Amino acid sequence: MKSRTIKVDYLARVEGEGALYVKISDNKVTDVKFKIWEPPRLFEAFLRGRNYSEAPDITARICGICPIAYQMSSAHAMETAFGVAVDPQVRALRRLIYCGEWIESHPLHVYLLHAPDFLGYENAIQAAQDHPEIVQRGLQLKKVGNDLMAFLGGREIHPINIRVGGFYKVPTKQELAPFIEKLKWARDAALETVRWTATLPFPDFEQDYEFVALRHPDEYAITEGRLVSNKGLDIAISEYDDHFVEEHTQYANALRSTHKGRGAYHVGPLARYNVNFDKLSPLAQQAARDVGFGPVCRNPFKSIIVRSVETVYACDEALRIIDQYEMPEKPAVEVQPRAATGHGCTEAPRGILYHRYRLDAQGVILDAKIVAPTSQNQKCIESDLWQFVPKHIDLPTEELTWRCEQVIRNYDPCISCATHFLKLHIERD
Amino acid sequence: MPPGKGGMLIIGLGNQYRRDDAAGLVAARRLKEAAPAHVRVLEESGEGTALMESWQGADTVILIDALDSGAKPGTVRRLDAHREPIPTRFFHYSTHAFGVAEAIELARVLGQLPPRLIVYGIEGRTFEAGLGLSPEVEKAARELVERVLGDLCCDPHLPGVSVLN
Repeated sequence: MKSRTIKVDYLARVEGEGALYVKISDNKVTDVKFKIWEPPRLFEAFLRGRNYSEAPDITARICGICPIAYQMSSAHAMETAFGVAVDPQVRALRRLIYCGEWIESHPLHVYLLHAPDFLGYENAIQAAQDHPEIVQRGLQLKKVGNDLMAFLGGREIHPINIRVGGFYKVPTKQELAPFIEKLKWARDAALETVRWTATLPFPDFEQDYEFVALRHPDEYAITEGRLVSNKGLDIAISEYDDHFVEEHTQYANALRSTHKGRGAYHVGPLARYNVNFDKLSPLAQQAARDVGFGPVCRNPFKSIIVRSVETVYACDEALRIIDQYEMPEKPAVEVQPRAATGHGCTEAPRGILYHRYRLDAQGVILDAKIVAPTSQNQKCIESDLWQFVPKHIDLPTEELTWRCEQVIRNYDPCISCATHFLKLHIERD
Repeated sequence: MPPGKGGMLIIGLGNQYRRDDAAGLVAARRLKEAAPAHVRVLEESGEGTALMESWQGADTVILIDALDSGAKPGTVRRLDAHREPIPTRFFHYSTHAFGVAEAIELARVLGQLPPRLIVYGIEGRTFEAGLGLSPEVEKAARELVERVLGDLCCDPHLPGVSVLN
């Protein structure tokens, strides 16, 4: 019988470089490889021998889309190691800048990367030809997140204002006031985004995932909490390495995480939503319910709706924080290094980002471990492909390939934001 | 007078921790020192929508980026965004989901391209993690700085030239 191979050397609309390989023999899927060329742990090597205080700025360079996540996970790891607790208002400000990162990252994926899949366009440029006003709304919404990050972070792309112990500089309440109107507009635009994404056509595809996310008793967890899953996991982040292990794959120059004894697990917006629906603000919960969305969603294609609901939440939460903000007396607390190991884990837009550092008495980094969300989702993505392809095996290869790419894009995979150079091939001159 | 929002803008793109990927940043930093005061110089990571925001209001934009096209390392290419579309192959090989080429093409569709947009690409040799440019890329970045400074002085289509003459 016929054999087919689906091969995409360079996946479009995913962050970084990725490739997909699916082998079909006798109308059965016989192999699935989702390859990612992640720079193998090079930043971890960079960090060895550096001072603890450099970690937030160095790790922020790993990703141009979510530098706050890297800064926050590293700063928290150091603070845990040195037994430092930050001022409650400093904690609130960190949550605020993190909301900015969600407001920046989610609309980028929803409007420019993911929506074209459902609207039948090859990319956002084509979509913008027919629906310029929709793409503009996405760009404006993202800009509100950018502005918040740039204001609190000191700079937009690689924020420099976050440090171990707090911030270098904190705003007055008055300085935050101009964001209130912007965020109110963004919250309305995000509500509109929920309504719009809910009208998109979704394939019928539900999986019994293990959703892993941070959970906090008082809030929709972003910057801290315990690691909890819908299948009974409930651990402190310092126990991460006892439960999750990274395996090296032959075909992908990256490490792939698995839950020990269980296998694939799912992190990111869908995981957070399923684990923490009850902690969303009333407005965000209502936005979900208004489009017929309950507290459980196991269809990864519908993550576009969940990202929109989380954008509503991030705007709502940012407004709450600004309303309750009082400028702290000091932007940061004193940090006294000591020999210790510190763990940090925060909810990057794409899911949990884990950092672990071993430090000597002077605060010099002896070793570092960083596990990004995409390497945690990699096994889940492959598992989705194993399930998805047989259901659509009769499609012509070109269309099946496009559908497989969509399966991958559901995860908003951030494969290697550390570089952005253009691989250009032009047949002229 | 400090540089305003409009006028001329130079944007260097790259990641300083990825060897030759930093070529655009290195060139931009040198141009910041050497360019006339009315020229704004920015550094960006290459994320497309941020790029579209940063060039809003500028009349003339010069983008400087690293390239990996298989050409000899240090080769410099110059593209005029208004004369030619940024080659579609850019889309497949950009490692940002929404990168420089996408930003230019989306801005074209939405009518948000700056009136004049020049892209300079410097061919890199290595993009591995690490600091510092390869010697030929370093040389190319240095030469490109001179070329752009020359453009600023001599190109009659660029604003600000009369100020310099």
